This record gives sequence, structure tokens and C-alpha cells, in this order.
Amino acid sequence: MTQDLEEAPPPAQPEALSVPRRSRYSSMRSTLTAYGFMAPVMVLVLGFFIIPGLILATLSFTSLADSNFQEAWEFIGFDNFTRLFGDAFFPKIFRNTLFYTFTTLALFNLGFALVLALVTTHIPRRSGFFFRLVWLLPRLTPSVVYIMMWQRIGAPSPFGIYNQIGPQFLGATGGNLIFGSATGAWIFVILVNGFVGASFGMIIFTSALESIPEDLITAAKVDGASTWQIIKDHKLPLIKWPLLFIATYQTLSLLTSFEFILLLTEGGPGLFTTEVWALTAYKRALKSYFGNSQWGFGASWAVVLVIVSLLLAIVYVKLFKFNELIEEPKIENL
Amino acid sequence: MTTVTEAPSKIDPRNWFSTETREKNGRRFAYLFLVVSITPILIGYSWLLIATFSVRTRGLLPVNAAGDIGGFTLNNWKFLDDVEIWKAMLNSFLIAVAMVIGVGIVSTAAGYALSRMSFVGRKAFLSMTLVLHAFKAEMLLIAIFFVLRWLGTKPLIGDLVGFNTVGGVALVMIALEIPLGVWLMKGFFDNLTWDMERAALIDGASRFRVWWQIMLPQIRPGIAALSLFTFIVGWNAYLVPFTFTIGTKFSNMPVFLNQQISDTAPVNWNLVAAIGMFQMIPLMIFFIFTQELLLNIYAGGSKGGN
Repeated sequence: MTQDLEEAPPPAQPEALSVPRRSRYSSMRSTLTAYGFMAPVMVLVLGFFIIPGLILATLSFTSLADSNFQEAWEFIGFDNFTRLFGDAFFPKIFRNTLFYTFTTLALFNLGFALVLALVTTHIPRRSGFFFRLVWLLPRLTPSVVYIMMWQRIGAPSPFGIYNQIGPQFLGATGGNLIFGSATGAWIFVILVNGFVGASFGMIIFTSALESIPEDLITAAKVDGASTWQIIKDHKLPLIKWPLLFIATYQTLSLLTSFEFILLLTEGGPGLFTTEVWALTAYKRALKSYFGNSQWGFGASWAVVLVIVSLLLAIVYVKLFKFNELIEEPKIENL
Repeated sequence: MTTVTEAPSKIDPRNWFSTETREKNGRRFAYLFLVVSITPILIGYSWLLIATFSVRTRGLLPVNAAGDIGGFTLNNWKFLDDVEIWKAMLNSFLIAVAMVIGVGIVSTAAGYALSRMSFVGRKAFLSMTLVLHAFKAEMLLIAIFFVLRWLGTKPLIGDLVGFNTVGGVALVMIALEIPLGVWLMKGFFDNLTWDMERAALIDGASRFRVWWQIMLPQIRPGIAALSLFTFIVGWNAYLVPFTFTIGTKFSNMPVFLNQQISDTAPVNWNLVAAIGMFQMIPLMIFFIFTQELLLNIYAGGSKGGN
């Protein structure tokens, strides 16, 4: 439009006097244009993040449940939170959540992702591509089908695959490997999540590693550096930002994720063995076994988790200085 | 990497043998490691394929009634006569397509504004995308129920996007995918030079026209990758449809499938495997024909500080 013309260097200014006013007008216009582009995303963020966030916070102070769903909301102060922190299984769920999040993160979403990126860029391109593609497969598989495969792997004899082909000293004793013991259940929960989680980091690390100039690595090799030294001294420092980004992003993903656990163990075997915080919130509020969903109580679990992850996100953003990553826009004004 | 292995040998002939051997062993070890690492994935898929076409399986082996290897059958595919599964498939398809369109338009518009324009709240929004991730919609499902129920009471839009509608599920799923979509699209726009765009603006094109006619065609691979991934996410969606639909009328394929597993009657794993396989046909087609795109999806978001 014409208002963009005024500030463009090549065309001559039509009227010197009116320039300041027009430019203020034009900057207002361009701000409005920007908001126009942002409008759809703003509506969605408002409708599905901010308003639900407020509703969730309000709910957590009510006693809303299936039994009094039709009545007006009854506010009960901090009762839900007192009940939450006094819950007999609160310490267990808390420990489970920490264990699940950081073990899966360290072993797979960060650890294995990095190893896969390093190894697949070390071998010829086409082979590396092939292995990364196979690793992407779990992410593309419908979660229900994916969980089904793992259930068949861990099933008891004679149907279970691991019980058929695995060595006896490594646990293939014929029983149900997922529901047989707490250790077995945890191994499966972490593997199931890890095999999906690793590919996100793998792809980002790979593209970062491939953008490292080859001369740099060649020079290091000529100097007699071992593979390990090259990784430690040259490659890792150069992919520092992707590493920090994945660490942050995946911590938050894992902290609030529960779909696979819901499908695989539903928090079992037994009481709360593999139950994580997000699953508790979900089950209490929406999928209670006894037909008495406790919306208010479930919401209070969710609120605490949202607050914890928000704080964590802010700490990460400050700690890793993510704001410095945000470049200035290319075209502010022409 | 092949050129790298030869470089030291040219410079220092005395180390030729040892360096070469080391490289070779390293590569062998790399292959061994990778092959072992993908074993569980290959086993899972092998089981799915074998179980689909057999009466029953013992581990990975299809067996007949006598317990010998055999018992192949096509009976597991009889579910194709069931009308319910076609309804579920249509719902899956509608959710996925709605998501591709919604996420595509919203993310490219916002990504463009965030990459190219300066406005109050830009920085805040960009930091917020990461924070929104902590605020994941999965955690807000309890409250989103009320939003959907409220939308459901409105005339016209209520039938389209309220609680227990395909539109409502799609809308929630779109919102869920938006933070990552915006972030990725911004990355793709950041990679473009602004020569063409600037020329167009000087020539008097509007921002909207520049976005639609000049910028979008340039990030076509990015849009394709995003669409592909969004389609897959929509096609596979389980948690949101499971939570926000009641009964089978509006459920999609994954919900339908999980109902077969969690029914109180003994599970016919071979039937379930066949349904799962059926559900994966479009994904397998994508997987075979769009590999490059699939592995490049996150490239836009990986810019980082280097």
C-alpha cells in the first residue's frame, strides 16, 4: 500500500511537511497489519490456553464433581490443595513424575537422540538417512497401535515376543513383563516413551551437526584428535543451542505427558506404580473408574503441575538466555 | 564423511594403516549399534504384519490349531464390512484435513508476522511459545471441556465445533499444534532473503499479497512438511477425541481401535492388528514417498544461536 512507500529509501518524499504525521499513521497501520496476521493465533491462544487456564484455576477451588454437576459451583477454598498434599500417594506420584521425566529425558530424549545424531552422521549419508528414518517410525505410528506392539513384546508366554526370543537371564522367564513387576513396568514405560521421544532431538541435532563446516573436523583429525576428542571439543560446543533447546522443550513435554502411560499401564500394576502427576490429574477429573469424576480435585492437581512447569519454563528461558536467540525482524519499516 | 577419512592419510602416510583400521572399526561398531537399536521397532512391525494375516501368533511365529507354524488367513480383514469403521475412518480423515488447513493458515500467518514485522508484544509472544508448551492443552483438557460445552450452546457454530463434534475435536487439536507450528514456520521465513519481498512492497503490494503470492510459494517445502506432520498427528489423534466424544458416533480410528482392545470380552489380537494395519496404510504411503520431507520438518526450528 501507499503508506509503505513513504519510508522506502528510493522514492522521493512527496511533501516534506506532512512526513512526520504520515509516518506515525503508517507505523500504526503496519502495527495493525501485524496484529491482523496474528489475530487467528491470538484467538486460539486465548480460547484454548488462557481462558482454560483461568477456568482450571477457578475449578481447583470448587468441589465440582459428577454428583453436583448440575448445581452452582461451590467454592471450598484451599480444601482441594490440602487434600492433594495430604494424599497418601502424593509422595509416590511426585517421585514417579521426577523419575519418569528425568530418566526418559537423560536416556532417550536427550542422550539417545544425541548418540543417534552423532552415529548416523558418522557413517555414509544414505545409511545414516535410513536409520534415522526407521527411528522416526514410532513417532508416526498411531499411539494405540504403537502401544499394542509393545504389549505383544511384553506379553507372557507363549504369546510374548520377548519371552520367545529373549535370553532367560535377562528377564525372559515367561511371565507378563509389563505387569509382572514394578521394575518391568518402569522399563517398558521408559522404553515406550523414549523410542518416540528420541527422534525429535535426533533430527534437530543431525541438522545442526551437518551444518558444521567439514574443514573444521578435518583440521582436528589432521592434528591427531581422536573421535571422542572431536565430539567433545568441536562438535558438542557447536550444537550447544539445540542441546539446550531440546533439554527445555522435552522436560516440559515429558512432565505433562501421560497418553502412553494411560494406554500401556494406566498407572499400574497395582496402586500408583507407574502413575505420574499428569495422569492423576486426568484420571481424577475425567476418567474415574468409579463413575465419580472429581473435576475440582482433578483441576487442583493440574494447576499445581501447570505452575511447576511454568516456573521451570521461566527458569530455563532465563538460564539459557533464550531471549537472545530471538532475532530482530528483517523488515520493520521499509 | 568419506572424504574426511582420506585426508589424514594423504598428509601423514605413516599413520595410513592404523588410522584406516580405526575408522573401519569405528564404522563397524556404528552399524552394529544402529542395527541393535532399531531391533524393537522392527520386531513390533513384524509382529503387526504377521498377526494381521494369521489366526494366532506365538511370539513372532504364526501358528495353527495344532501348534505348528501356519494358519494364515484373510479373515481378520472381515471388519471391512463393518459400517462403523468407515464412519470412524471418515471422522479421522475430517479431523486430519481440518487440522492441516487450520494449522497451515494460522501458523504461516503468525510465522510471517513474527519473522518480518515489528509490533508490540512480538518478543513476549515468542518467549511465550515455549511457555505455552508448559501449558500444554493436554493439561488443560479438563477446562477445555467447559469451553467446548459453551461453544456448543451457541447457535450455528455449536453444531460445528461444540462438545462431541468432529469440529470441536479438530479445533482443540489445532490449538494444541499451534505453538510448534508457528515456531517452525517462523524458522522457515527467517531463512528467506527479503529482496523479493522488499521489491514487491516498494512496488506497492500489500503485506497480505506479499505473504500470499511471494512468501508462501518460497517456503513450499516447509508448508508441505508441516501439513504432512499435522495430517499424521490428526490421523493418529487419540487422547482428545477419546476425551471429547461420547459413544461411537464421532469417534475416530484410534478410539475405535482402542475400544476393541479394552472391551471386556477376550481380545482378538489378530483382528486388532488388522485394524491397526488398516489405519496405518496412509501413513505407510507417506512414509515411503515423502521421506526427505519427514526428516526435514524440524529444520526450521533448529536454527539456535549458531
